[in-house]
Amino acid sequence: MTIFDIFTNQLLNGIVLGSFYALVALGYTMVFGVVKLLNFAHGELYMVGGFAGFLLLSFLAPYLGPGWFGVAVSMVLAMIAVGFLGVVIERVAYAPMLSAPRLSILITALAVSLVLQNGMLTLTKGQYVPFGAALGFGGVRLGSLFISYNQMVLVGVAGALMLGLELFVSRTQYGRAMRAIAVDKDMSRLMGINVNAVIAVTFFLGSALAAAAGTMAGAYYGSLWYFMGFLIGLKAFTAAVIGGIGSIPGAMLGGLILGLLESFGTQLPGVGSEWKDVFSFSVLILVLVFKPTGLLGKPEQERM
Amino acid sequence: MAQFPERPSPWGGLGAILDTPAKRWTAIAVILVAMAAAPFVFGSYGTVILTNALLYVLLALGLNVVVGYAGLLDLGFAAFFAVGAYTVGISTLHFGLNFWLALPLAVLIAIIAGVVIGAPTLRLRSDYLAIVTLGFGEIVRITARNLRETGGASGLIGIDSPWLFGWHIRTPLDFYYVFCVLVILGVIASVRLANSRLGRAWLYVRHDEDAAEAMGIDRVRVKLAAYIVGAIYGSIGGAFFAANLGAISPESFSFRQSVLILMAVILGGMGKIPGVILGAFIVILAPELLRDFGDLRLLIFAVGLLLIMLFRPSGIWPVRSKR
Amino acid sequence: MSLLELKGVSLSFAGSRVLDAVDFSVPAGAIVSLIGPNGAGKTSLFNCITGFYKPQQGSVRLDGTETLRMKPHQVTRLGIARTFQNVRLFREMSVRENVMAGQHCRTGAGVIDAILRLPAQRREEAATRDFAEACLRFVGITEGWDREATTLPYGWQRRVEIARALATQPKLLLLDEPAAGLTSGEKEELIGLIGRIRDERGIAVLLIEHDTSLVMRISERISVLDHGVMIAEGTPREIQSNQKVIEAYLGVEEDALDL
Repeated sequence: MTIFDIFTNQLLNGIVLGSFYALVALGYTMVFGVVKLLNFAHGELYMVGGFAGFLLLSFLAPYLGPGWFGVAVSMVLAMIAVGFLGVVIERVAYAPMLSAPRLSILITALAVSLVLQNGMLTLTKGQYVPFGAALGFGGVRLGSLFISYNQMVLVGVAGALMLGLELFVSRTQYGRAMRAIAVDKDMSRLMGINVNAVIAVTFFLGSALAAAAGTMAGAYYGSLWYFMGFLIGLKAFTAAVIGGIGSIPGAMLGGLILGLLESFGTQLPGVGSEWKDVFSFSVLILVLVFKPTGLLGKPEQERM
Repeated sequence: MAQFPERPSPWGGLGAILDTPAKRWTAIAVILVAMAAAPFVFGSYGTVILTNALLYVLLALGLNVVVGYAGLLDLGFAAFFAVGAYTVGISTLHFGLNFWLALPLAVLIAIIAGVVIGAPTLRLRSDYLAIVTLGFGEIVRITARNLRETGGASGLIGIDSPWLFGWHIRTPLDFYYVFCVLVILGVIASVRLANSRLGRAWLYVRHDEDAAEAMGIDRVRVKLAAYIVGAIYGSIGGAFFAANLGAISPESFSFRQSVLILMAVILGGMGKIPGVILGAFIVILAPELLRDFGDLRLLIFAVGLLLIMLFRPSGIWPVRSKR
Repeated sequence: MSLLELKGVSLSFAGSRVLDAVDFSVPAGAIVSLIGPNGAGKTSLFNCITGFYKPQQGSVRLDGTETLRMKPHQVTRLGIARTFQNVRLFREMSVRENVMAGQHCRTGAGVIDAILRLPAQRREEAATRDFAEACLRFVGITEGWDREATTLPYGWQRRVEIARALATQPKLLLLDEPAAGLTSGEKEELIGLIGRIRDERGIAVLLIEHDTSLVMRISERISVLDHGVMIAEGTPREIQSNQKVIEAYLGVEEDALDL
């Protein structure tokens, strides 16, 4: 393989990885924008989404087949289910806490995440669960670069979801309300915006996107694990920070950048794949040190 | 709904019950006698479990300074525990250093790591610290897994147990008493810190950063001090942990470990030393009692943590603190 | 030379100008008031002086030292203390502990001192305590030092906040609407207290206040801020008869005149 081949292959890998990161990062950023809360449980919603997709597919596969069609239907249903789970979590665990000190909210979010994670650990006895989709191995060869149809579908779906979200936020009434709340919650309430409804919609959308990523990851990589949300939660947060937390285009950009950084970073001399995670967390720390507002984020509001 | 932080008096209301010096000294004497006698009551297996519980008390006391006093969420506390353990392991095995020289080296490295991680992130919103410490914890664990010097995934074995003035600290009973002493020192240091200029500053900054700054308090510096004190406790715990077991491996320093220590701090009642001790004992003893539950154990803890946060954020320790 | 000297201070938030080339000064040992209609930028100016806001342009000097790039805690250390418009005492801490906060920047015991509790540390703790109690007595609070500060009556809380600011040993004390919410009796006491802060401690006082009669009685100089612009400066008598000030307060604006 030539340098160029390695380059194009890693570019492709980076884009696929980046799509997952971007989808999950969007949820972080949306929730943060509206309630200024880092939803630690967000990575776990990705994991739960994966398992929900798996469960649905095993019911639906006899009727719809285990191919992309079955996976797509399962994914949509999983998105709805996990979207509601996100809303329930917000109502039960976060809503009563929003006026409490930051530390309490953070610990509560952590507790929710641990409940989901260990709940799944108990259900699956800590085993890997094969996803059970049959997606085929076809693809297109461009020179030495092989792009599978799966990769295309995956990136395409991720792109479509992000486009849909962007349209929702920029064109609909709820989207405008979300942006208004992000700027000033109290003022929005005075202007007659139903803040609680908008927060619920935000959690629903963010969680649904994470579930979409989870289902697709399950179908693409072929197996699920109760701990799979932990790492991606951290990575997606990193992506959101790179792009500028609170910024929706930032989350997409950040996801893509992190995906590319990881796939190229592991090609650097001395940075094997075992160092991949160290590499991204170091990126996170460096970004926070040198540009905490990220690429597209607004500078932190002046204090007081 | 009850909300915290309440005024965290380090004694967690014990001061009101033990209100005369006579009562206090009696309580201290009873505790010391109980500590000394416990191994003979609970047998050799019990002693090992108790030693482990004492290690957790020490770690939880350290994390309590960060979380309970300064109100910062640290999700990678096991990293400092690892730094202590690996520094002792590597410097005694590869460089033939005496344990008592390796110990201050471990503390020094933990302090440096604390500054490197803390100084930039403590400027930012407190949520960022939680995530960065989580990332740092993983960095340390993965590094330990992948370096030759740290023994990779299988870790280090054959770490020597230390000598102290001709006493070879070697048996489980020896280590039990060593950890008793460490915990006693840890409690004293912790209480003294709470009742000091710095201890007050942690509360000021935690309650109202702006007002604290208007009083001339450098919030980053004050938070950094708490973070570093935590690092010191963690590294000392790790150093003695390595000496006690003689073998360490990366999985002892995982995210789960950080979470268990954090649970010890929160379940019992953060900011209150009796609460933290209670929490550490719950975290260590519950698995012994819940052995049949297997994987359910962590789920039970997680649900417990959520319920505590929603309904009794001041923790299990019963007395609402007052001073 | 003035104790506090502001030159051309301009501050904008998200494109809207809050302060526009403000020049302002406080002579050493003076009592100066800053008045102006709501939203004129008075508290913003306080925040620029104390380092909470960073003005885009201008200079703020205390005793000739530029403070513009300093953090709030550094400014306090240098000698400017403040109170807040809505009293901000530390919750769940006693009155005494609240006031002891002020001494933090004048003391230095760290982790090791606290753990070893050496004689020097004990002396420092005792001194901090004594100083805090002296400040409390100075503002007229002679009991209830162990009570939770936020459970005190409102007027007392205001005074605890002043004691806390005094405990930083400032050269200049900034009071943000100290009379708001006080009874007329308490206002009289406040006037006395402000006078004593200056006379007995030699501390210059700068206050934002809406109670005009109080302002007229205690101020030596008054500055008037309107829409981020300093429109007048002078003695109480001069300000009372200043046409621009009267217009600002009556809300006589162009659109009103167009009618």
